[in-house]
Amino acid sequence: MATKSLLARKKLMAKAEEQLKFLSNGIFKDELPTFKDQLEKINDFPLKPKSLEILQLNLGYMCNQVCEHCHVDAGPDRKEIMTKETMQQCLDVIKTTKAHTLDLTGGAPEMNPNFRWFVEEAAQLGVKDFIVRSNLTIIRANKKYYDLPEFFKKHKVHVVSSMPHWTKGKTDKQRGSGVFDKSIRALQDLNAIGYGLPDSGLQLDLVYNPSGAFLPSNQEALEQDFKTALKEDFGIEFNSLFTITNLPISRYLDYLIASENYEDYMYKLVDAYNPAAVKNVMCRNTLSISWDGWLYDCDFNQMLEMKVDSPVQHIKDYNEEQLQDRSICVSQHCYGCTAGAGSSCQGSVV
Amino acid sequence: MSDSYYDPKDLRKFPKITDWSEELGTKFFDYYGKVFEKGALSEREKSLIALAVSHVVKCPYCIDAYTQDGLQRGITKEEMMEAVHTGAAIESGATLVHATQMMKKYDKLSH
Repeated sequence: MATKSLLARKKLMAKAEEQLKFLSNGIFKDELPTFKDQLEKINDFPLKPKSLEILQLNLGYMCNQVCEHCHVDAGPDRKEIMTKETMQQCLDVIKTTKAHTLDLTGGAPEMNPNFRWFVEEAAQLGVKDFIVRSNLTIIRANKKYYDLPEFFKKHKVHVVSSMPHWTKGKTDKQRGSGVFDKSIRALQDLNAIGYGLPDSGLQLDLVYNPSGAFLPSNQEALEQDFKTALKEDFGIEFNSLFTITNLPISRYLDYLIASENYEDYMYKLVDAYNPAAVKNVMCRNTLSISWDGWLYDCDFNQMLEMKVDSPVQHIKDYNEEQLQDRSICVSQHCYGCTAGAGSSCQGSVV
Repeated sequence: MSDSYYDPKDLRKFPKITDWSEELGTKFFDYYGKVFEKGALSEREKSLIALAVSHVVKCPYCIDAYTQDGLQRGITKEEMMEAVHTGAAIESGATLVHATQMMKKYDKLSH
């Protein structure tokens, strides 16, 4: 398993333009319809936003893990980190936004040196749902993070954590050796102070994305399997499981190409294309803000450097009304959000 | 034409069998879909049964399909291999139980 990002390894698929070129050629030249073709068929091109509900802030690409399928290409060698100045600009936007959910992601957002300051400030602004996407192992990575569960509780943060399987073998294969044991310990720490327990008001959700070149199955059935196994084996409880389809970008695209699974995977996504999922794809109710303040339709478009198609492109010029007039940027990776029951950072959408 | 009797890409063409017999093909796919819905057995249990049978009937398309289906459902490789052994045990048992016929015939014909 690689210990460095694609960027540090100078791999071709570290470059957004190369990924987009790859996704627009080959089978999408003459065999399969492009995502734009599909939207045109249902008169949904250009794709337009609905009411803004979620502001997702990427606090930086630095992470203590180097997961095989990471769409961010995050890792310890990534130095892109949101500054306090940009965080302040985000806080100013949060004060006036119509969005009800604030979603912090990374990398490991907790590794941003101003993470706690930002959470303390943002928690006072009356956001209805305040999410931190925690990779769990960060809580056990270093003594300075041991009190994160208490910190989350104090600020009523909704914790969403990745967990690819309830067994050690599958989890460690995707996320690195030792990740499963640390994640279990972190989940137990969170449970110990009430997270994930009925009626505690402390929401703990897990995110499942497949550990290979296949699509996720039914979210409800998987949630039940996760709940049964984690409870029986480790006494762990959680609220909901979100299934997320791996999108063919960055490290996952690199994996698909290297393992000769790319074409089959794209066929699977296109065969599973569900027009009903287009109605609720997350780019229609979300804005993604990068570590350096640029605005994107979603975290995936951020990684592909596809900035919003709007005169307003940076948080310093934020104008929600103008942004709502934009057309959403799409490419073939978008098939990942419309396969089967659909996929988003909040799980299935159909 | 492919040089092989089995081409993995043909699995995607399976629904096309209705082109040559719409009524029977449609009835088959309706039946197939209904069988795999959650009932007294879970979809997960049915997936493992399908995987075991796929091996017994030696259908490479089915093996591909139900290995992938199992992965999607979070079924582990240990569970998959146990299912295959279950199918194999029944298949070899079905061969071996015929040994009683051999033994009966042998005894009848021998002094």
